[in-house]
Amino acid sequence: MFDAIQAFLSGFLYDWLAITITLVLQAVAVILPIMLVVAWLTYAERKVIGFMQVRMGPNRVGPLGLLQPIADALKLMTKEVIFPAQSNKYLFIIAPVLAIAPAVAAYAVIPFSDGMVVTDINAGVLYVLAVSSILVYGTIVAGWASNSKYAFLGALRGSAQKISYEIAMGFALVTVLMIAGTMNLTEIVNGQQGGILNWYLLPLLPMFFVYFISGLAETNRTPFDVIEGEAEIVAGFHVDYSGMTFGVFMLAEYAMMILISFMTSIMFLGGWLSPFEGIPGLEALFSWVPQLAWLSIKVAFLLFVFLWLRATFPRYRYDQLMRLGWKVLIPLTIVWVFVVGAMKYFDFGPWFN
Amino acid sequence: MSFEQFIFYVLAAIAIISGLMMITVKNPVKAALWLVLAFISTAGLWIMAQAEFLGLVLILVYVGAVMVLFLFVVMMLDINMSILKEGFTRYLPIGALAAVAIFALIYMVVGPDHFGLDKVAAPDMKPAGYSNTTEIAIPLYTEHAYAFILAAVLLLVGIVAAIALTLRRRPTGAVLYQDIDKQNKTLAKDRFEMVKMDAVVEKAVVENEEEDKK
Repeated sequence: MFDAIQAFLSGFLYDWLAITITLVLQAVAVILPIMLVVAWLTYAERKVIGFMQVRMGPNRVGPLGLLQPIADALKLMTKEVIFPAQSNKYLFIIAPVLAIAPAVAAYAVIPFSDGMVVTDINAGVLYVLAVSSILVYGTIVAGWASNSKYAFLGALRGSAQKISYEIAMGFALVTVLMIAGTMNLTEIVNGQQGGILNWYLLPLLPMFFVYFISGLAETNRTPFDVIEGEAEIVAGFHVDYSGMTFGVFMLAEYAMMILISFMTSIMFLGGWLSPFEGIPGLEALFSWVPQLAWLSIKVAFLLFVFLWLRATFPRYRYDQLMRLGWKVLIPLTIVWVFVVGAMKYFDFGPWFN
Repeated sequence: MSFEQFIFYVLAAIAIISGLMMITVKNPVKAALWLVLAFISTAGLWIMAQAEFLGLVLILVYVGAVMVLFLFVVMMLDINMSILKEGFTRYLPIGALAAVAIFALIYMVVGPDHFGLDKVAAPDMKPAGYSNTTEIAIPLYTEHAYAFILAAVLLLVGIVAAIALTLRRRPTGAVLYQDIDKQNKTLAKDRFEMVKMDAVVEKAVVENEEEDKK
């Protein structure tokens, strides 16, 4: 579809201008739905946690409170943006941009269903890892530019935590790459064809948990949200942000949560593939379900787990958090890389096509 | 101007400007951030040269890990710029001389005499299915496997040396350590003891009250 638009535009525009416009259109086509999901994810979070704590959650704006995210967005946009005295103005404004740009840019390689992807590059996994590793700059720059001790402490905690868990996350993905034999996300999903038993979930079950736990730490979600521990450091790195600058940090956090859910579904849960493939009766029964719907169901479930964990667990103490990352998850992943290597070498297991 | 050229010039301009800003800006934190921008634009240039593995690893390793740790250190240091700038004019001639010498050397090696389409043929455009990752991986793990392992061991030695230099175990009692493994393995019965006691009978109190009334 976008090729046709580009061909049409280059008929009467400069070539580079036509390509730029097409790229912008593609970006909007991906980012707009993601931002809408982010908006109603905040609503879902408040509702889910509300019900788990026997409360109602938001129920005033619109039916069942469904318009609450719009009201929140309007409120944030009309609020004044306050610049702290002595803060570094440029970096103070750039920090939220640095936080949200990588979270959104990573969606460029996520396949939403077979062929429905902005750019189908060979090094897709590496791209997602590289782009999400830039994410930490939003936190650091925000903490430093605010010129506040609390913000600075939050930024230091956050950056150390994110770098630590990125290693475990990278190793967990290495095991997936070893089995799939490719870094192309579409091919990784296609390698999991053949029903729930052929997903990488079962042979890599420990890595699935390691990846998801690292994802929790990477997005600063409970129980790893020491970065904004309101009891100790008020609200962490974004304590001095107000109005929409604060809102952008929230957008980035939720966009990153959705990204982690997408990556987990694609890597371990068979992406857009139906779980009933190869089962005689059920396969035909569910063949009408579109691929995008299967992926959405998996992503929605993982997002629910994010919210569920938030309602369930208390916050980790900082040294325990670091111990979990360095002394539990990283050794586990290194051992599992060798295990998967041996499994692959001896052709062990029925999972490898 | 084709789209690739447009992107190339944008990225190259960003790389040069951020490199210049990195060495001229006064604040060390800002200098580190400009260096990050230079890395990112250079990674973009590498990806344009069809070396996407190198470009992405540059971002992953240098931008995502090394520069973050660097920023960490720079942020927490209290650098007094006036002391650092002492003797600037005194060393300026030597510095300028060194700079000119290095520039001349670089010019002799990579000057315009050695480059240009008449000297070096334009690189082939790789076919659509070309994977830079595979191209790097195959010689790395076959031809150069020995050197590759050696480099890994060298890095490991570096890590061990750094840990050995900074590890400081003080005698227990001089300072309180938290043993998290011990804390996690603690059970309720280690901290909390159930004691069985006979119920206290308060008969006598009632009799006393009755005596008081009399």
